[in-house]
Amino acid sequence: MSDTATNAPVLAADGTPLKRSLSRALRVQKMRALALIAPLLIFVLISFILPIGDMLFRSVENQIVENTLPYTVEELGKWDGASDELPPEPVFRDMYFDLFLAAEMKRHTRLGSRLNYEASGMSSLFRQAGRKLDDPGKDAQDTLEEIDPRWGERETYYEIFNAAEGVAVDDALLSAQEKRIRWLADEPPTGEMNFAPSAEASALLPLAARVYTSFGVITGLVDNKVVEKTKPMESLYLALVQDVTRPGFVDDLAAYNGPQKDALAALATAGLTAPNYTQIFEEVDRNWAKVETWRIIQTHSGPYTSGYFLNAIDMQKTPEGAAVQPENKRVLIQLFIRTIIMSLTIMGACILLGYPVAWLLANLPMRQANLLMMLVLLPFWTSLLVRTSAWKVMLQQNGVVNDVLVWIGLVADNDRLVLINNQIGTITAMTHILLPFMILPMYSVMQTINPSYLRAAKSLGATNWTAFWRVYFPQSIPGIGAGSILVFILSIGYYITPEIVGGTKGVFISNRIAYHISSSLNWGLAAALGTILLVVVLALYWCYDKIVGIDNVKLG
Amino acid sequence: MSLPIYATFGQRVWYYAFRVICALIFIFLITPILVVIPLSFNAENFFTFTPKMLSFDPEGYSLKHYRDFFTNNEWQRSFKNSLIIAPIATILSVSLGTLAAIGLSQSHVPFRRGIMAILISPMIVPLIISATGMFFFYSKIGNFMEGSLGLDKNFVGYLKVILAHAVLGIPFVIITVTATLVGFDRSLTRAAANMGANPVTTFFRVQMPLILPGVISGGLFAFITSFDEVVVVLFVGSASQKTLPWQMFIGLREQVSPTILAVATILVGVSILLLTTVELLRRRSERLRGMSPG
Repeated sequence: MSDTATNAPVLAADGTPLKRSLSRALRVQKMRALALIAPLLIFVLISFILPIGDMLFRSVENQIVENTLPYTVEELGKWDGASDELPPEPVFRDMYFDLFLAAEMKRHTRLGSRLNYEASGMSSLFRQAGRKLDDPGKDAQDTLEEIDPRWGERETYYEIFNAAEGVAVDDALLSAQEKRIRWLADEPPTGEMNFAPSAEASALLPLAARVYTSFGVITGLVDNKVVEKTKPMESLYLALVQDVTRPGFVDDLAAYNGPQKDALAALATAGLTAPNYTQIFEEVDRNWAKVETWRIIQTHSGPYTSGYFLNAIDMQKTPEGAAVQPENKRVLIQLFIRTIIMSLTIMGACILLGYPVAWLLANLPMRQANLLMMLVLLPFWTSLLVRTSAWKVMLQQNGVVNDVLVWIGLVADNDRLVLINNQIGTITAMTHILLPFMILPMYSVMQTINPSYLRAAKSLGATNWTAFWRVYFPQSIPGIGAGSILVFILSIGYYITPEIVGGTKGVFISNRIAYHISSSLNWGLAAALGTILLVVVLALYWCYDKIVGIDNVKLG
Repeated sequence: MSLPIYATFGQRVWYYAFRVICALIFIFLITPILVVIPLSFNAENFFTFTPKMLSFDPEGYSLKHYRDFFTNNEWQRSFKNSLIIAPIATILSVSLGTLAAIGLSQSHVPFRRGIMAILISPMIVPLIISATGMFFFYSKIGNFMEGSLGLDKNFVGYLKVILAHAVLGIPFVIITVTATLVGFDRSLTRAAANMGANPVTTFFRVQMPLILPGVISGGLFAFITSFDEVVVVLFVGSASQKTLPWQMFIGLREQVSPTILAVATILVGVSILLLTTVELLRRRSERLRGMSPG
């Protein structure tokens, strides 16, 4: 056939070796296919896969504690939570200033509700503290003003802490505070900075400089006001008292060459005492002086937590490790079990009701089967809410089902059945809604079963039942399997129908997720519950793919 | 299937009993949908048949719930929102989905299984989980678009819901269009290329008309997915994007008004229309492929 030398490579029309030319064509083909898929793939990745990933991340994310109370968390790390002693004074000190700033940005309540998921009472503790922390600052302000009236003027503070022309700026402090405020702000801040901390002041008065810098960032960046003209926040006065009473302040002051040196010297010699923060917190609420409160904060201060997952399976994170929740709070495992049992019941009901119908459809003449198929497809195409509202109407105490039962005489008029707002309601409505998903795969499998097998079995002496059970049924199992997995996957994540006809007893885990998203706002727990549900569904999906193959899914 | 003459008594009994059972199951399937239709014409604000209705007294029937649906602002607004969101989401998912389905049906696609799994996943993942994920993520995106890009709040709201619904509709488009493409004869495109048509012309003049039934039925699935969707819009949308199912959901959960039944009846009409269209398309496409209409 070929008259070329046998060893030479086969060439394509343009002279390149055929092999290379073919592989290039293949590559072009692959690239073209990918180019067609790419837009959709990117779209789905961004608008679907990323959100799911975000949810997975949220189920372990716990940055709110560390970001709201950065200095406290750092100090608290040094404290041994297992001891019976309260954390040392520096912890209370940092808590005062962190919490004051959080309250200024109205973020302390959010932190309170976060910690409230772990121990009730934390929310009110934080809310109360946010209100009462102003008072010690005001007292300190009065004290300062008595010593020297200059401390009553906002310009004095601005002069000390602001880096004037030619004065070194403490960049590290500024960027740290700016980052912190940006995180605390609800919306991206739009104002402009008009303040920079002087390095000299922050060396002499570290705490006050920190407080004033955060104040400066809030005023400029968030509120868009002039720092110099704005009254500082009250915690500044307390911070100043703290700084001038620190050991070594007098020596540092001697080396200080910045503004208002004499006013500061007046403070140094006034005989002030350092504020007692432990006492301040104790006066706000006695619970602040309890070791448990601090243990909870310490346990939940990490940037990532397993706490939500533990909560999702009725456990909680404690300083000693994972522990089971108290009995009255254990609801979720029960809810998971109920979801699974009810989904299995619905699946079973669908098999029982779907099998005869699928068999009939597969064995009737085409014309009749098509007509009856419409009766299956119409519910399939009808809006979910239409079907759910129909069931709500039918299952009521005075609904159609009860009316008919009374009319037949099965039920007494004054003793009507309770069919709605319980598990019966959910199971009935969802069996109806999911039945087409069972019938369709069963039907498509049964269509392929050759009827002559059944005839052969009968002619070999099998009874009708034996022929069905030993010959027909085993061949229809793939259809049952496909339908069952499909119905189970769909029902385990159902939300709308249980919400409307399920009452309190007939709800699923998804209703709990929705509750945590929209009512209790415990988003971490909602994300953890969602993640668990997702894993279950994906495992089932994997089975479905192995048994049926996702390519073989047919619609309609 | 029909009963042979020699059937025993027991076989006869079973034959008829089986038909009765099947009939009961069909009644179970269809009754809830049929029941809402007469009830929506109820003259009273009841959810059940009144004595007047049962005695076919014309006074027991009225169109007042329909009137309410067409005059009530809340219902009209939600209906309009549904009519804005669903078609745009459908166009988005059909155009992207058809392209990708054509890509997926080529003979050499790397990572075909993985890509398919990702594209089908919006159908498999429970809606509540998609809604949870989108709730977190889309609010961030929304804030970014409003804050940094300065887009209108209302516009961003619609955009979020439309994108979410488009994603949910994609699996249906992919499945129906790839199914149609299985029966597509590739030699037709080769023949077109042979006669000098460029790929774009080939696509629009040869391939598209043949796979159009699949594309349309995929589009109808995508449309009904969006038109019927509550969970995601409940989480992602805000009050100004309230859709018809959302309004029905609120109605069912809180103030129960029989207007819901009027809406339900209208929607049943819509679904009969859609079902007929899809069936006709399916038969046409099977006829084109040389199969008997199933």
